[in-house]
Order: sequence, then C-alpha cells, then structure tokens
Amino acid sequence: MIDGILLGIKTALNFKNLIMVFVGCSAGTIIGMLPGLGPMTAIALMIPITYGLDPSAGLILMAGVYYGAVFGGSTSSILINAPGVASTVATSFDGYPMAKQGKAGKALAIAAYSSFAGGTISAIFLLIAAPSLSVISLSFRSPDYFALMILGLTAVAAFSSKGQFLKAIAMTLVGLMLATIGQDSLSDLSRFTFNNIRLSDGISFILVAMATFAMCEALIMIFKKDEKTSKSDQISLQELGSMKLDKEERRQMIKTWPKNSVIGFLIGVLPGAGATIASFLAYGMERNLAKDEDKEKFGKGSVRGLAAPESANNAACSGSFVPLLTLGIPGSGTTAIMLGALLAFGIQPGPNLYNTNPDIFWSVIISMYIGNIVLLILNLPLIPYIARLLAVPRNVLVPMIIFFSVIGVYLISFNTFDIFLMIFIAAIAMILRLYDFPMPPLILAFVLGGMMETNLRRSLLISDGSFDFLWSRPITVVILAITIGIVGMQVYNYFKKIKSN
Amino acid sequence: MISENKIIFLIFFVISSLYLYGSYNIPIHAFDLNAPFNAATFPKFIGMCGIAISALFLVLPEASKPNVNYKALDFKNTIILLVLMIFYGFFIQTAGFFLSTGFFLLIAFYVLGERRKKVLFFFSFPFVAIFMLILIKGLDIYLRDPFLKMIGLIS
Repeated sequence: MIDGILLGIKTALNFKNLIMVFVGCSAGTIIGMLPGLGPMTAIALMIPITYGLDPSAGLILMAGVYYGAVFGGSTSSILINAPGVASTVATSFDGYPMAKQGKAGKALAIAAYSSFAGGTISAIFLLIAAPSLSVISLSFRSPDYFALMILGLTAVAAFSSKGQFLKAIAMTLVGLMLATIGQDSLSDLSRFTFNNIRLSDGISFILVAMATFAMCEALIMIFKKDEKTSKSDQISLQELGSMKLDKEERRQMIKTWPKNSVIGFLIGVLPGAGATIASFLAYGMERNLAKDEDKEKFGKGSVRGLAAPESANNAACSGSFVPLLTLGIPGSGTTAIMLGALLAFGIQPGPNLYNTNPDIFWSVIISMYIGNIVLLILNLPLIPYIARLLAVPRNVLVPMIIFFSVIGVYLISFNTFDIFLMIFIAAIAMILRLYDFPMPPLILAFVLGGMMETNLRRSLLISDGSFDFLWSRPITVVILAITIGIVGMQVYNYFKKIKSN
Repeated sequence: MISENKIIFLIFFVISSLYLYGSYNIPIHAFDLNAPFNAATFPKFIGMCGIAISALFLVLPEASKPNVNYKALDFKNTIILLVLMIFYGFFIQTAGFFLSTGFFLLIAFYVLGERRKKVLFFFSFPFVAIFMLILIKGLDIYLRDPFLKMIGLIS
C-alpha cells in the first residue's frame, strides 16, 4: 500500500497531471456555477478533451471537474439562489440569506473552507477504504456482480425518481435498450441496427451523455424560460463583502466538519445516494443537534447551516469513487459517465485495477487531495471575479453549450449521422425531463448494460441456464435482499401517497 | 382524460413490444439456438421488463399528475433552435466547419434575443477561427473545410 501511495503521489505530482487538476477544477467551477449545469454536464463536456490524454491524466481531469462543479454549484446557490446542481440546494438555505445580509464574501469563504475540509477528510477515508474493499471484492463472482449492478440501477432509480419510481425504472430500461444496439460482443451478431452500418458499433457513450445532459440541459433552459439570472439578482455579484471570518464563525464552522464529512463519505459510498442526499441529511442533522437559539438561525444565514451541507456534499463526491474504483460499478450518474470514459480508454475499473493499474488507482485518490487544495487556492482569491460569469446571458450560453456538445461528438466520429442521432435523443430527453423522467438512471444503465449482459451470460452458462445462481451464494442473496428492500420501500411509499391523495 | 404520463408510458409500451418482437428476430448462430444464453437472451429480458413496467403504470392509479405550465414554455425558439441544429448537421461537411459553425452561432444568438453587435460578431466567426486554430495547430486535429480550402487558408 505504501508503495502504491508513493506511486500515486509521483504520478499525481507529475507536471502534466498537476495542470490537469488545475484545469479540471477551474473548468468544473466555471461550468458548475452556471445555473442548470451540474457535474454531469461538466464532465460530459470535458470527455472529448480527455480522449487525447493518457488514462491517469484523463481521470484526474474528470475528478477535478467533478469537485469543481460541486463547488461552482455552491457559488450560484449562495449568490443568486439558483443551485447549479441538486447537491447544493441545501447550501442555498443559509448561503443565500447570508448573501442578502451583505455577507456574500463570508458565505463563499465558509463554503470554500467547508468543501476543502469535507473533500480532504473523505480523501483520507478513501485512501484507507478503497484498497480494503478492493481486496474484499476480489472474492466477487459473476452472479455477485450481476446482483450488484441490479442493486446499483435500482438504488439510482429509487433516489433520482422524486417519488416516481416506475418512471426511473422505465428510464433504466431505455438505457439498457440503447446499450444493446450494435454488435453482440461475443457472437458479433448485429442487434437492432436496422441494417444501418453506422449503428453496427453501437451508439457511442459520449453521444448519449452529451445528448441527455449537456444538449438536453441547454434546450431545457430555452424551453422553460428560466429567468433565475435576472438583473435584480445580479446586484449581489458586484458587492460580495469581506471574506474574513471572525473567531466565533470559525469555531462554529470547524465544529461541523468531522461528523458531516464522515456522513457525506458514507452516503457517497452507497449506490444511488450521493451528494444530494448527503447534503440534505447533514443539514437536517446539524439543525436537529443545534440548541434552540441556534436552531432559530437556520434558514436565516446560519454558519453551521451552510458549513454542514458543504462539507457533506464534497465528502460524498470522494465516497462515490469507492464503488467505481473497487468494484467497477458506478453508484451515481456522474461516476457512470466517468466509467464510460474509462472504458473508452480500454481500462476496466474494479478489484483488478488496484493490481493492474496501480498508477491510475492511486494517482486518482492522491489527486483528489491535491484538487481540494487547488480549489481552495483558486476559489478564495478569484471567486469575486469568477462570480461575474453568473451574469453570462442565456442567449449566449445556450448556443455555446450546443456547439460544444455537437463538436464533442463530431470530432470523434466525423460523422453527421451521430449529430442527427444526438439531436433526436436530446429532443426526446427534453420532453421526458419536462414530465420528471430522470436521466441519471438512463446513463447508468447505458454504461452498465454491456457488463450486465456479460455477467448474466457467465452466470447462466455456469449454472447451465438455471437461475439458481441468484440464491446459491450468500453475497448474491444479501445484495438481492437489499435490492428487494429498496423496491419494497418504493412500493410502500407509492401506496402511502395514493392513500393520502 | 388520459394524463401525459400515461401517454408516455403507452408509447413506452409500444416501443417495448416492438423491441421484444425485434429481439425474437435477432439472427442466432445455429449452435447457439439451444444455448443457455445467446445474443437474444438479454434483449428478451429487457423487452419483457419494459412491457411489464409500462403495463403496471397504465393499470395503476397515478400517485401524482404532471404539473406542466404549457403557457410558460417557449415552443417557438426551441423548435427554431432544433431546426437550426439539424441544418448545422447538414452543412458541417458540405459547407465546412468554419462557415456552418459561424452561421449557426450567429443565427442562434440572434434568435435567442442577443442584439449586441460585438457579441454577435465576436462570438461567431472570430471565435470559430480561434477554436479551429487551437484544434488544427494545438491538438493536431484535421478538419475538412471546403470553404477554407477554396480560399487557400488550409490545404
């Protein structure tokens, strides 16, 4: 392990990789700050750039973008009450009231320090947890992996469904359907290609990611006429106030870090949960633990109310890397996009990554720590200037996002069919988003589809076509029991809602 | 009246049925026909699940109805933008990257309400020229462009 850490430090501190951390954090902060654009869009937009890099540098860049986008989202939550991403909604509860009181600088500083603390504490946890889980996951067999993927898809569907589980499951199935288009990996037989040679290699991951996130998000901005960056809101962008915290504010802020970072990390590890749930849970817990007079301050600019979700959501980002790096199974839409990019590099994350590509495994973990330092250095002095980007009008932003999405796909295939297919998928995704059909289950299923089929094939061949494999190993049974529990909870919630209606 | 959610699930039901039909028509190697798993097995599972889920949604009462304010939706500009994107796709190879992208950005800015001449003109053709320069000189990516070739700027 020590050798691995040293190798990781050496790789992460390589000049090129340091530049990648810096570029990733900066780009992530800028993109994440723009209302409506979250980490998934930010990472999807950066994928074409990573194809020209080596796998370590590519993954380091994407990890930086992830962190940066989460932090960028906090900035728009605090300054204009328009969270760029769901995980920073809780940040706006106290961040925006603070900004309205003329303490925007302080709020941004608390967010930056708390993000740094959450990210750093969880990076240390990741350093310890990832290798241990890698060793355990070596004992996993195909049926366990198949069951784990079912669990991951179910959990992501459950948590992203906003109470409409069947919609999320339908999106998961759409993702799986899209994943089966093209040649079957084992028999080379064409499936659902409609004799179109351009579909014989399947639909590219980047096309689906760009269409369902970046391009769809841009179209939604126009379609829904989002007016959150109106002129009245932009007054606060000019007068951020001092960023210095007094002794009492520092004490309150530091007190929230350890427990919320741990909560954030643990929730981030769980498939499907992620930064949004972590931030809400941290906020709720911090409020419940506060004394009565402190409780009154929540929602009106409380330091603790701002520091808690900020440290938790950044900690959850690191936590979400645990299943990706150790099991090769992403637990969220964001890490699913990263997995897709890794597979495009020819790298299969999972327990063997720790042995076969230790440089990638460790450099990503170490770079997270470096990324946190870069974010702090970058954001504290530069935030008053970066924040002006919030004033970029939608009529300039939308065509630019569409342009980068189209070019990102076109530069890989030089094929106009891909552009048309992307426009078609984006238009359908826009309509589905209008009716609250979530996109993360689709992208996760699309990425996992091929792996699911491979593991199901192996399991069925080993058990000679019988489904006995689902209950022949204790690990498989436990994983499936958790899955059934999640489904049961969703069914219970549905009937409860029907009854109350 | 049938809700929009139910209509979407009805479409999904039809798509799943067609998908399942398609999966039964996947050509399978003769030696794979009776194998425990072949190229059609997984799609068959997905198709069946799709039919089951959509049927379930259609049969069960809805927990919450969609709440979309149609009056607040900007159909006109969204459709114009989609058509513009399709035209962009058509012309990117025939007219070349420079002209098609420049015009796409210029028209899209204008359609969405941008009227500042500096923004309209700087972020269209000069922006594309800088972007192309980075692609060609910096990242060594060759971009076929009949227009720039015709005026002798690229080989």
